[in-house]
Amino acid sequence: MNGPIVDARGLHKHFGALHVLKGVDLRVAERELVFVIGPSGSGKSTLLRCLNRLEEPSSGSVVVDGIDMLDPRTDINHARQRIGMVFQSFNLYPHMTALGNVTLALRKVAGKSRAQAEALGRAALERVGLADRAEHTPGQLSGGQQQRVAIARSIALEPRVMLFDEPTSALDPELVGSVLEVMRSLRESGMTMLVVSHEMGFARNAADRVVFMDEGAIVEEGPPAAIFETPAHERTRAFISQIQRH
Amino acid sequence: MEAIVQSFFNLEIIAASWPIVRAGLWNTVLLSLLVVPLGLLGGLMLALLASAKRPMIRWPLMAWVDFFRAFPPLVLLILLFAGLPFAGLELGGFVCVAIAFFLNTGAYYGEILRAGIDSVPAGQIEAARSTGLSRLQAMTYVVLPQAVRNVLPDLLSNTLEVVKLTALGSVVAVPELLYQARQAQSLTYNPTPIVVAAIIYFVMLWPVVRLLSRLENRAFAGR
Repeated sequence: MNGPIVDARGLHKHFGALHVLKGVDLRVAERELVFVIGPSGSGKSTLLRCLNRLEEPSSGSVVVDGIDMLDPRTDINHARQRIGMVFQSFNLYPHMTALGNVTLALRKVAGKSRAQAEALGRAALERVGLADRAEHTPGQLSGGQQQRVAIARSIALEPRVMLFDEPTSALDPELVGSVLEVMRSLRESGMTMLVVSHEMGFARNAADRVVFMDEGAIVEEGPPAAIFETPAHERTRAFISQIQRH
Repeated sequence: MEAIVQSFFNLEIIAASWPIVRAGLWNTVLLSLLVVPLGLLGGLMLALLASAKRPMIRWPLMAWVDFFRAFPPLVLLILLFAGLPFAGLELGGFVCVAIAFFLNTGAYYGEILRAGIDSVPAGQIEAARSTGLSRLQAMTYVVLPQAVRNVLPDLLSNTLEVVKLTALGSVVAVPELLYQARQAQSLTYNPTPIVVAAIIYFVMLWPVVRLLSRLENRAFAGR
């Protein structure tokens, strides 16, 4: 059995005087789907962004798929291809078509020819159910479709792990389902996933493990049923009951 | 009436001075084709450096841009033309104009492009970097195309100013349109060539002005 895909230890992050991460340890095994929940400002997103070094951790270590992400000798651009990331606000390139969005890194980072990149790009769009939207620009797509293109942009690079930063928070309720559907099929294909989200229903029936964070630290973690039904900490209990009231 | 036509719209004078004025027109076009790309290049370099956001780079950069925006380009040009020979550089008027414009108009283009880059949401760079694109690749393929589109009217408006400013070359004996027209004026003792030059400038630049208005109206309607 291999080691974990994601292995973060003792992560601290300061933004000036603000101490956002206070010694977080997180390991994600291959093919595991881990949910991170917690109140806003608890450091969930910062944790995710430290894993691919969009944020520079103040201290600690991050090893992803055996690569030390914080080693200055690591080729960060090469390492990032192995770590897909999906953002709350999609962040598609508005001046390119869906296919252009998906093929940019394939051509410029992975070094594929245009023909190879387009074949891989179309296959990725197919996987998210948008093969027929390849020539559309983001402005011509619904929010749910845009987020699925963003997922295709990541999976086209065949990452070893996917990070989702509140992937459905910016979507109208009726569009959430299509994105969760794509995430579910990704999970079934064996993708390792780390998801920051408040989609409790999805967490309940898809997650292997739920991690509850508050004030920059992990309070508790466990199988979804345990965290949702019988949380050990008062803060977890308060948060869960607050979320479920909606 | 007769006197006005004689002095300003004299057909014989136009015919006689046309070869001189035409040579000037050609040089103005050449000069514009040189200084606009040079200024854009200088501006792009400044804007890319400014986006680095390191204080070590930022402060000298701001001082540079402020200086060349505050410094009159005509004074800069005369200073270069008169001063460089003392530094052992005999560069001639054409090169002096190129350098002066690189410095002056580069600072303006730089500010416009910097505003354009700032107008692109940070999430765009993050998405690009998260797929493994380098900082320069993210700039080239993701940020700059959007930045340029966002500030296109300002870039065009500045370009208009730059082409008009090429007339400054006449001060250091670059045989561009205005210089040649004045040569023709003093040869013929008649101001008609100046009028011809004025009409040429207008005909050359008016389509750009129209295009600019249309772009600005579209941007306004898009809001």
